[in-house]
Amino acid sequence: MSKEKPAGTGVILVTLFLAGLLEVVPLPEDLNWLRPDWLLLVLMYWVLALPHRVGVLWGFVVGLYHDVLVGTTLGQWALAYSLGAYFMLAAYKRMRVFPALQQTAVVFLLVGSSNLLAYLVQESVGRAYYPPYTILYSTLASAVLWRPIVAALRWVQLRFLVR
Amino acid sequence: MSSSNPTYRLLIALVLAVVLMVLDQRTPWAQPIRYVFGYLTAPAQYLAHLPVDTARFVSRQTQSRAELLEDQERLNRQVLILEQRVQKLAVLEAENTRLRELLNSSASLEGSVLVAEIIGLDPDPNRQEIVINKGAREGVRRGQGVLEAQGLIGQVVEVGPLASRVLLITDASHAMSVQVNRNGVRAILAGTGQGNTLRLLYVPDTADVQQGDLLVSTGLGQLYPRGYPVAEVVSVDHRSGAAFADILARPKAQIDRASHVLLVESKPVEPAPADQDEQGDAPPDGAEEEGQ
Repeated sequence: MSKEKPAGTGVILVTLFLAGLLEVVPLPEDLNWLRPDWLLLVLMYWVLALPHRVGVLWGFVVGLYHDVLVGTTLGQWALAYSLGAYFMLAAYKRMRVFPALQQTAVVFLLVGSSNLLAYLVQESVGRAYYPPYTILYSTLASAVLWRPIVAALRWVQLRFLVR
Repeated sequence: MSSSNPTYRLLIALVLAVVLMVLDQRTPWAQPIRYVFGYLTAPAQYLAHLPVDTARFVSRQTQSRAELLEDQERLNRQVLILEQRVQKLAVLEAENTRLRELLNSSASLEGSVLVAEIIGLDPDPNRQEIVINKGAREGVRRGQGVLEAQGLIGQVVEVGPLASRVLLITDASHAMSVQVNRNGVRAILAGTGQGNTLRLLYVPDTADVQQGDLLVSTGLGQLYPRGYPVAEVVSVDHRSGAAFADILARPKAQIDRASHVLLVESKPVEPAPADQDEQGDAPPDGAEEEGQ
């Protein structure tokens, strides 16, 4: 797989752009708590699928994009996503053989830890208003959506020959 | 590149992120990075707003003739009422200028105005911010005051090339100087992080603030223009033993329902050195802090 010429960077960027779109799409106030971390999920899929291409630096740049998109302190999500991508890189071999439920559990932990890191930064600059357990809701939503996202992105990967 | 260890890359990323955070918090040097990324984020924000725009377009196209006529009639009536008020205003303004000249202070009433549309809300419930569809290209500047038809709603905190971000007065990190319209008592109005509640800080228990009082901006922090309605006092709670009264207010502007906003020139045209307030009963802790 690593011998093949890389292709389809554009497709990866488009999926990330769409994830960013979902990240800011207006939702009713109550549903807003359940907004999954779309960008991180899509990023983690590409790390899982192409670990030799998509890694920590991708995480950093996508995180910066998230920062500007939602107006947080520059570096907050870059930090969180770098770590998320790193964990995924460390675990991708095991992740590929895990059954669906176990994968979901691991994604829950990965998204949770990186969101917690982002929360710590937000807290330290004095912009966190709600208590930290509130990030659990969006983390749960992210974990639940992991398998559907894998299915959708796998189709995209095969359809547009991303490797 | 491919041979390098991801752990080293993680370390580099962590150091870079921390450096960026410090730069962004303490200095203006990180602004160019935001500006460049702004070209990539603005399309997402515009696209996310597209369904709302489409719905509005469709409803406008399908409005019936009777509805339009009714609308027109209502607007005509409104124009008449407003014109009558403007007539009075012109006289008052002239008088105000004359009196200010007598006091040797300069008036700073008019400034340029820019209309913008709200295209996004902050997805993070911890933050009360909105995104508007005007950016540096249209001349938006950091620190400009933002108004809605009913009152002040916030200030521009970040300017991108195509869109800008507005910090609302309800954000927990926001505070501004206001005064009671009825008697000129000054105080600091702070956001609480909840959409519809503001709090007046450090108001002595004996200060004359009542339920229903209108709070207007004082312009003292040099960020907001003077004299715009900001909020209305909804409850005043005098607690024995506490040094300050617990006063809650509600924004005059209907922030959650607004679709268009006005950006006003916030810097006074000329500083007013001899501008003295007749009211001597300013709160003891009345340091005028404004902004984040």
